[in-house]
Amino acid sequence: MAIKSMKESDFKDTDTLDQQMLEENGIFFTTVDSILNWGRSNSIWPLTFATSCCGIEMMATAAARHDFARFGIEVYRASPRQADVIVVAGTIVNKMAPVLRRLYDQMAEPKYVVAMGACAVSGGPFFYNSYHVLKGVDHLIPVDVYIPGCPPRPEAFLYGIMQLQRKIKKETIKNKYARKNVANNYDEKNPLPEK
Amino acid sequence: MTNQQLEEVVKRLGVEAVISEAQFLTVEVPFDKLFDLARNLKENEQTQMDYLILITGVDYVSSFGCTYLLTSTTHNHYMVLKTRNIDKANPRVDSVTSLWQTAEYHEREIYDLMGITFNNHPDMRRMFLDESWVGHPLRKDYVDESNIIERKY
Repeated sequence: MAIKSMKESDFKDTDTLDQQMLEENGIFFTTVDSILNWGRSNSIWPLTFATSCCGIEMMATAAARHDFARFGIEVYRASPRQADVIVVAGTIVNKMAPVLRRLYDQMAEPKYVVAMGACAVSGGPFFYNSYHVLKGVDHLIPVDVYIPGCPPRPEAFLYGIMQLQRKIKKETIKNKYARKNVANNYDEKNPLPEK
Repeated sequence: MTNQQLEEVVKRLGVEAVISEAQFLTVEVPFDKLFDLARNLKENEQTQMDYLILITGVDYVSSFGCTYLLTSTTHNHYMVLKTRNIDKANPRVDSVTSLWQTAEYHEREIYDLMGITFNNHPDMRRMFLDESWVGHPLRKDYVDESNIIERKY
């Protein structure tokens, strides 16, 4: 698959990062990390969660023509306990917000969030003159990857997933609580707006 | 039945109404006479309006209105019932839920978003918004400074 916005050679070029990781974490941790992260990044299980048209594109990405199992993002799980990533595919209205937050809280660590489409990124077409839509899902849960588009094409979704995999590949067990703290402190740093 | 024939029947029902022709026969009635006319239209042999397709709440700025789209599954004809000049300060209309069960949710939705209260409705609660919500967001004079980022078109 051709990624137009980024050359494939650049995509794979993580030498500087690797060097930095090696200097920080030493040969033991980087070796263990590379094995762990290889496994984690190639078995991302998304949660069955879609609220509008982006969900259709997400399903299309999962189906035979685009088939995201090729990239290591595999089965949809019906339970947040078994899911690794929640793809927020669609508009989140204020009434849906507590449900989404609860689903996120129920997921097991390590957990990731992909904001798919204009609505999840910023509120999109509902940004102006609307009384009922959450203006960006990052008001509610910490987002790892933003995928713009209305809705994004399956190729864009695949690109976003590959960026998430890059992110996972640079994690280390040395500070495995770093991500957890991000999630746990999110409430304090981003209080829900007073109605 | 054609629109002309329907018009004849409605006139014979003896309700003071303004009748105009569009795609469907449109009958405008005062809101206090609405329920009687609706019941007559449903029970009359020739009209038999046994199915309510939808109710729309309308904000006419100076007043509120309701629009009912009726059809008959026996005769396969349609007509529109309109009412306006509902008081803005205390908008109340008679519910038609006792005639058409489907009106129950339509009227709840209108109450929720437009703020028109329906008399004799079995369950007059908000439908989509929280019970704690203040105001009715589809009204033209609705303001919500904390949630709405305004932009004029």
